[in-house]
Amino acid sequence: MTIGVPREVHPGERRVAATPDSVRELLKLGYQVVVETGAGQEASFSDADYSAAGAAIVDAASLWASVDVVIKVRPPQVHPSLGVEEAALLKKHATLIGFVWPAQQMAMLERLTQRGATVLAMDCVPRISRAQKLDALSSMANMAGYRAVIEAAHAFGRPFAGQITAAGKIPPARVLVIGAGVAGLAAIGAARSLGAVVRAFDTRPVVRQQIESLGAEFLTVEIEEDGSGSGGYAKEMSPAFIEAEMRLFAEQAREVDIIITTALIPGRPAPKLLEAGTVGLMRAGSVVVDLAAEQGGNCVLTVPGEAVRQHGVTIIGYTDLPSRMAAQASQLYGTNIRHLLTELTPGKDGQLVVDMDDEMIRGATVLHQGTVTWPPPPLTVAIPQQQAPAATPPLQAEAEPPRSRTGATLLALVIAVAALLGLGAVAPPAFMAHFTVFVLAIFVGYQVVWNVTAALHTPLMSVTNAISGIIVVGALVQLGKPSLVTAVIAGSAVLLATINIAGGFLVTQRMLKMFQRD
Amino acid sequence: MPSGISNIAYLGASALFILSLSGLSHPGTARRGNLLGIAGMVIAVLTTVLAGSPDGIAIIIGAMLVGGIAGAMLAKRVEMTQMPQLVAVLHSFVGLAAVLVGYANYLDTHALTGAEKAIHEVETYLGILIGAVTFTGSIIAFLKLQGTMGGKPMLLPGRHALNAIALLVCVWLGYAFLSAPDAQQGLVPLAIMTGIALLVGAHLVLAIGGADMPVVVSMLNSYSGWAAAATGFMLGNDLLIITGALVGSSGAILSYIMCKAMNRKFLSVILGGFGAVQAQGAATEQGEVLPVSSEEVGNLLKDASDVIIVPGYGMAVAQAQGTISEIARRLRAQGVNVRFGIHPVAGRLPGHMNVLLAEARVPYDIVLEMEEINDDFEKADVVPVVGANDIVNPGALEDPGSPIAGMPVLEVWKARTVVVSKRSMAAGYAGVDNPLFYKENTRMWFGDAKGSVDALLRQLEEAPA
Repeated sequence: MTIGVPREVHPGERRVAATPDSVRELLKLGYQVVVETGAGQEASFSDADYSAAGAAIVDAASLWASVDVVIKVRPPQVHPSLGVEEAALLKKHATLIGFVWPAQQMAMLERLTQRGATVLAMDCVPRISRAQKLDALSSMANMAGYRAVIEAAHAFGRPFAGQITAAGKIPPARVLVIGAGVAGLAAIGAARSLGAVVRAFDTRPVVRQQIESLGAEFLTVEIEEDGSGSGGYAKEMSPAFIEAEMRLFAEQAREVDIIITTALIPGRPAPKLLEAGTVGLMRAGSVVVDLAAEQGGNCVLTVPGEAVRQHGVTIIGYTDLPSRMAAQASQLYGTNIRHLLTELTPGKDGQLVVDMDDEMIRGATVLHQGTVTWPPPPLTVAIPQQQAPAATPPLQAEAEPPRSRTGATLLALVIAVAALLGLGAVAPPAFMAHFTVFVLAIFVGYQVVWNVTAALHTPLMSVTNAISGIIVVGALVQLGKPSLVTAVIAGSAVLLATINIAGGFLVTQRMLKMFQRD
Repeated sequence: MPSGISNIAYLGASALFILSLSGLSHPGTARRGNLLGIAGMVIAVLTTVLAGSPDGIAIIIGAMLVGGIAGAMLAKRVEMTQMPQLVAVLHSFVGLAAVLVGYANYLDTHALTGAEKAIHEVETYLGILIGAVTFTGSIIAFLKLQGTMGGKPMLLPGRHALNAIALLVCVWLGYAFLSAPDAQQGLVPLAIMTGIALLVGAHLVLAIGGADMPVVVSMLNSYSGWAAAATGFMLGNDLLIITGALVGSSGAILSYIMCKAMNRKFLSVILGGFGAVQAQGAATEQGEVLPVSSEEVGNLLKDASDVIIVPGYGMAVAQAQGTISEIARRLRAQGVNVRFGIHPVAGRLPGHMNVLLAEARVPYDIVLEMEEINDDFEKADVVPVVGANDIVNPGALEDPGSPIAGMPVLEVWKARTVVVSKRSMAAGYAGVDNPLFYKENTRMWFGDAKGSVDALLRQLEEAPA
């Protein structure tokens, strides 16, 4: 089958659904790949790069007419140069993969049903752990969160990091991040690395640890309510909570220089968190970045797609933040798409199989051979997106009751002492002298060997091997005796022990020579 | 030579042996330590030869010449990956020598009576017993390590009972041996006992699985020491007693360290059978694994500033240490902080990984032990795990139901990214599924370890960062 990568026609969209790297991977899956002329230009990938990777370069019309699978970033829309909607250009029974936003795009989906199309929406991939590698929402949110901080820094009149200079003090920028999802956490990380003082608010208490691990302060309201909804997303809160939340934001607005809002509730318009009055409380020169602008904005003053100045505060409502880092965003998105296609191509033979029994693929499929399959049935298992904060239960160390253990040790000691005393009572003095030497030598060995570094345990074994060849002494003593049998036996023992001595010492020396300091 | 002088010489040799072992406390002093050991051995042998009668001198020179040349050839030819086998085969020589010396001594006539005679015969008996067990045990260990014999434990039905019966029979034979009126009649129970001890030695090691070999080899090391000590008692020779005791306690300590590193009881390792039963009941965590190519690993490494490489036995099997060393050298030249993390039971011999890395010219100061490096994984960017499985299993700490629960492991999963080089998804020696493979920050680098690292090195060579 052939995969087509068209140029994005949405105004200002610089991303592309495949990079030369991901094209190479797609070819390995057995597909042929065609790329529209200039598809990657805005993301710094030239047509030559794509053809070097093995893709054919064609124009828009022939691409749409010929390919079986189209991979895109934005939902289909009216094609400016061809004058028809992209949905209408799609070949019959072909497959479309990209961001679709079925809730907002029902009309477009209806039109696609007539073409018998199959549509997989990257924004509908269920949030289960095995689908993380194709979670394009997260990878784009990550880019957006970072870029939000960069845009804020650009519009803000001061450095983020505090400094004391001869010319006076530069106070650190104070940043409030509302909503600690992927974008919010990325924003916290970026703002922290620029040196800002960061606080963050989220209705879900479970994210506290993540916020704090990034070095930000976690803000709370005095009302106990958990805002964790299904699939790791937030849910809508009670009026009392919202009121308390608003008071907190108003309080914070007086203190902070930059507010970055990332609050989204799935399937609903973005919650309005910043009233005009709240923005008015901010100092002149402050910046608000509204990452929810495309869904209506968290701030009432936000104008989607633009930066506006109200009450001396810059309110940034750009809706193309990931696209502003087109190369990296395309690379991430291309990888997400490539992972999805890997899942869809079990045979690695270039044949796309939509397995509706696979919950991951089922969730992403919003249109299957002309039938609308959205919304999917609820998942049978609710998998929390937050890894339960690695609760490693401390393992029970040695469950044995210490009492009986001490008792056993004591008993063993008593028996040992009794045995030794008994031995001392009957044994001849010569034996006792040897025995004393033996016990002392064990103690010396114990002390010395514990000091051996673990790195030298192999040389320790080979050198003890060599010195246990001391048994040669025993054999040598026997050789002096007249008996022939004894001489033969002892002679063999000498031979064996000498192998040990020579082999052990020499190999130890060889090994130790290898241990070199840097 | 007067006996006083030879005693002093023996004392000196003993002291030199102790110094030799204490030299091993640091790689910098280890070579001098080994030379002191050689000096001690030369003194001991010369003293014994000079003190003895000159009759056997021709045999002595002949035997020692042959033995010395054979030993030197072994030492020169052996590959470092074969060190476990070499150590095992050398143990068997000591065991056999102890048996031979015991027989030679017994066949020689003695004029002892009463308690002295009894003690002497007990010493002889024990020396031969321990020597025989060491001999066959080491031979089996050698065959298993060499791969001639499969690593799977061989479990006879009622093997504990068999061992117990063998022990009882040996005690009874010992009684018969002591009460024998003359040497000729004593020889019968002694010979039967030797046969049984040889069987027991083989049986004991046969029942123990491949990855428990570090414990087995250090245990046999210990036995060979006790055999020498028993011979020393028999001959009334303090040098043998001291040396035997040193070696015996050294082996015992190594066995203890290895058992602790696996959170196993010494007795349960020795009784064997581990790894024969497929682990059940442990939570089998399923999930998605994320495969990576060597190229992607190369990019990860180039972007990293702190890398900790964790080698396991698989690295030795694949002979990948040279390439890994070269990769480490290149990364270090580019300013990456590269270190190695070694688990005490990685490999088939205590300290085996250290020797292999040393042979591959990895400086020893970047090769760190588990305790030294475990806290640093949090700060590491990339942790390549090459040929290791159970020693990096988070289940040991997180899942109390796991068969390896409580075993200290290298906490690699705390690093930003873990790259696991593995042939397939097969379970490790313990038969335990490894939740590490399904962690979000783990990438599976499938393929033969040698092929993978070779490809990685080529990539690093082609594209200098």
